[in-house]
Amino acid sequence: MNIENITKKLSESHGWQAKYREIMLFGKQLPELPEALKVGSALVSGCDSKVWLYVDLDESAQQLVLIADSDTRIVKGLLAIIIAAYAGKTPEQASQFSAYTLFESLGLISHLSPSRGNGIRAIVDQIQMQANRLA
Amino acid sequence: MTDIHSLRDDFPILDKSLNGQPLCYLDSAATAQKPNKVIDVIKTFYQAENSNVHRGLHTLSKNATNRYEAARETIAKFLNVSAKEIVWTSGATESLNFLAHGLSQALNENSKIAISPFEHHANIVPWQEACKRTGAQLLVLPMLENGVLDEAGAISLLQTHKPDILSIGHVSNALGNIHPIESLIKACKTLGTKTVIDGAQSFMHLRPDLVALDCDFYVFSAHKALGPTGVGGLYGRYNLLNTLPVYKTGGEMIQEVTFAHSTYRDAPGKFEPGTPNISGVIGLAAAVDYLNNISPSALQRYERALYQSLLQQLNQIKGVTVYGDTQNNVGIVSFNYKNEHHYDLATLLNTYGVAVRSGHHCAQPLMNMLNVNGTVRASLAFYNNEADVEHFINALKATIELLD
Ligand SMILES: Cc1ncc(COP(=O)(O)O)c(C=O)c1O
Repeated sequence: MNIENITKKLSESHGWQAKYREIMLFGKQLPELPEALKVGSALVSGCDSKVWLYVDLDESAQQLVLIADSDTRIVKGLLAIIIAAYAGKTPEQASQFSAYTLFESLGLISHLSPSRGNGIRAIVDQIQMQANRLA
Repeated sequence: MTDIHSLRDDFPILDKSLNGQPLCYLDSAATAQKPNKVIDVIKTFYQAENSNVHRGLHTLSKNATNRYEAARETIAKFLNVSAKEIVWTSGATESLNFLAHGLSQALNENSKIAISPFEHHANIVPWQEACKRTGAQLLVLPMLENGVLDEAGAISLLQTHKPDILSIGHVSNALGNIHPIESLIKACKTLGTKTVIDGAQSFMHLRPDLVALDCDFYVFSAHKALGPTGVGGLYGRYNLLNTLPVYKTGGEMIQEVTFAHSTYRDAPGKFEPGTPNISGVIGLAAAVDYLNNISPSALQRYERALYQSLLQQLNQIKGVTVYGDTQNNVGIVSFNYKNEHHYDLATLLNTYGVAVRSGHHCAQPLMNMLNVNGTVRASLAFYNNEADVEHFINALKATIELLD
């Protein structure tokens, strides 16, 4: 699933129910995180739902690797969008890029509750911090 | 007395649309909507009457002071107590902090404080802090498996431990359960246990007669009873109230101040330093005046019928689990659907204009005991109607279709 595809699907779905349906379908395509990795240290704080996030580096390709999961379907779908948005980026590129802005341009921020909106912010901040560390 | 069905028209927000959908407001346990009368009183206060209270000889100040003190009479009468037993605060949270601070002065390592498993964090954390300061022990009353207070078990626990204080919600905000506080208070009387009732969720729905209840303290928030936010209060049996230590200090509360020493006025004055929330107090009085025009029994009958209808339609949806006491309830359904996350349910319901709360409802210990990480909570008030229930049920069915 690439980000162009996601953007296209979202812009083609009209009404919030349709958009959420798409978002949940994106989430379904994300592999489930093994239970053993759903640990407190991987939780992103600042989200209403549970979000586990791992950020690592593919040494040979020098690309960021993101693995994430959530206990809610909608947030898991939002994570799928984030992961697609960062796919193939080097840590340097990732630290320059904000998925938060992408969410704004997809029109998703205004509809998410402040706490969820902030949750996205917390996830993106976490990715950027780790990208900086790996850069 | 007014016909309950027509009261909805007094609430301007209920006509609004949200996200292109008519609003279906089922979150009154978080905060109640406000009738025009309350909105108008607050607006008029700032347009024509604004002035500080208890100072200034000018007419505006005298009028504001009279209104402010008359509001105390109004609330006292509503609760069947006397005006000097009502202290204004910023709401139930501040009232509980004030009481935990004041009542814990006399406690030590041998003391015990009892609460119920249903408490809002506002009725847990202040007592936990009091225990930390004094070494007192916090006891939790038992719950039955179906999410109902174990009344017999609670009374026997009280009799065994003879706690110094019992602080318990009259109504659970997370589940809507009406607790059998009459029998608990009666038991406490014989044990010398002081009773604090968190009335945040009962003030509007049940209008308790505090003389009949015979509790020592009762706390409330205006915003959960048609009034404005940021104001509320507490009732305290006068001989107990007046012996409590001051909590906040400053101007207005004093009798005399020198640099060496200050003496305080009697309750309630000594607990109300600084400029109070004048418009808030007047707005609360307007809310109570509004409630006084509704027959309590008619209101309860109406809310009960609406709740039964909602509960029955919800129970017909396969996969729904409803928590708590469905016999004695003010009109809150707290539920989950299969293994779906309450967060997804509430987010999707919102796209249909339905305002419900999801999460732990500031009652994490209760959620742990129920073995859930949260619920969806739909809470009714007398300004809701069958159309709201139908709107909600249809939205829930559509949401489920989207998820299944
Ligand atoms: C049972 C109960 N107690 C206390 C509170 C705290 O009230 P406030 O936030 O108005 O201070 C609430 C509010 O949700 C409540 O439902």
